[in-house]
Amino acid sequence: MDTIHACFKDKIGEVLLPGDVFSFRLPESGDGSIKTDKIICGPGLRRNGEEVQVCKSGILRHKQPNMYWIDSQQRRYVPAKGESVIGIVTAKSGDIFKVDVGGSEQASLSYLAFEGATKRNRPNVQVGDLVYGQFTIANKDMEPELVCIDSCGRANGMGVFGADGLLFKLSLGLVRRLLAPQSEIVKDLEKIFPFELVVGMNGRVWVKAKTVQQTLIVTSLLESCENMTSQQRQTLFKRVAEGSL
Amino acid sequence: MRVVALWSEMAKDGAAKLSKNVLRMKFMQRGLDAELKQQLEEEEKRIVSDEHWSLDLPELTAKEGDLERSCVPCEDLVYGRMSFSSFNPEVEVNFYEMKRKSVSRMETDITDEEMARRYESLVESMRKKFAKKRNRSTIAKSEEDVNCNVDDNQHKKVFLKPQD
Repeated sequence: MDTIHACFKDKIGEVLLPGDVFSFRLPESGDGSIKTDKIICGPGLRRNGEEVQVCKSGILRHKQPNMYWIDSQQRRYVPAKGESVIGIVTAKSGDIFKVDVGGSEQASLSYLAFEGATKRNRPNVQVGDLVYGQFTIANKDMEPELVCIDSCGRANGMGVFGADGLLFKLSLGLVRRLLAPQSEIVKDLEKIFPFELVVGMNGRVWVKAKTVQQTLIVTSLLESCENMTSQQRQTLFKRVAEGSL
Repeated sequence: MRVVALWSEMAKDGAAKLSKNVLRMKFMQRGLDAELKQQLEEEEKRIVSDEHWSLDLPELTAKEGDLERSCVPCEDLVYGRMSFSSFNPEVEVNFYEMKRKSVSRMETDITDEEMARRYESLVESMRKKFAKKRNRSTIAKSEEDVNCNVDDNQHKKVFLKPQD
């Protein structure tokens, strides 16, 4: 147990490249069975028996007690189970809707996967609507499936949204920073003016504010946050806040 | 019953036997014993589980396991629908609730000891409420008794037949 974590410990916070391998000798146990230690490999790492291989380039991160992953940057989204995304309804065929989520395939969304939907009581979803839903099935072998209810059957904010507002695209790393538990960007943004924000893990963000101008301001602020340090960002936000007042 | 008797006779003769599917039908099963029924069921289960394909390699599954494809649990990402300064009240309420749920789960709950104490008093009061008038005094007595001595002097009053 200690040997495994020791292998990782010196590399936490360092940049790794695909092909880097962590191998550790598991101690010989009496019955000869392979004792798998409870290490959870997050995105970017692959476990191969006694080795852990890096598949993406990025910084190694660690979370107690035993989770490791690679923090990488990309713009192309790959669907993963359990993630909440914004999709655009492209087609309606029979009992399912085809939703574009920005992945390699369009996801399918059944009309029964909305709160309070029955066979008689169909949800009001048209082609071109924005939906916020979660993936129930998302792997490389099958077509991804979305649902707009949680396991208890409640909508919980998911479903069709967005009568007005603006939808735009950000990089995945910035989206993850926005959704972090104590996100500074969000804290700075909310001081400027009231607005509503929906963030999808596929890089799509939807903003709505009182006027069109305010909406555009928020959009351009978010887009510019990508390559700024927190200092620059705070000065920029302060200027905007004073300017809008 | 007649059908079953006929069937066993025909089988002995060596003449045309009834097919397995017919034998599995409900009216043919009524005449069978419980043992025979169990045997038939077990055979069926065996056939079904033989047809299922399975990997007989526990090592293979052990090697690949524990792969987390999503970064949501890694970085503890929050709920994606937010509203600020009461722009959309429903969304805001929902957002704060989800945040509260994920951040502090244990703080709003009461401790185990408190729960046990409350449950104890609840049980006592319910018992008193539904006890018959005659038993209420015994309950009061047993509560005061700190040592909880089980005293059986309060026999249940039964009808005594008059000795004639």
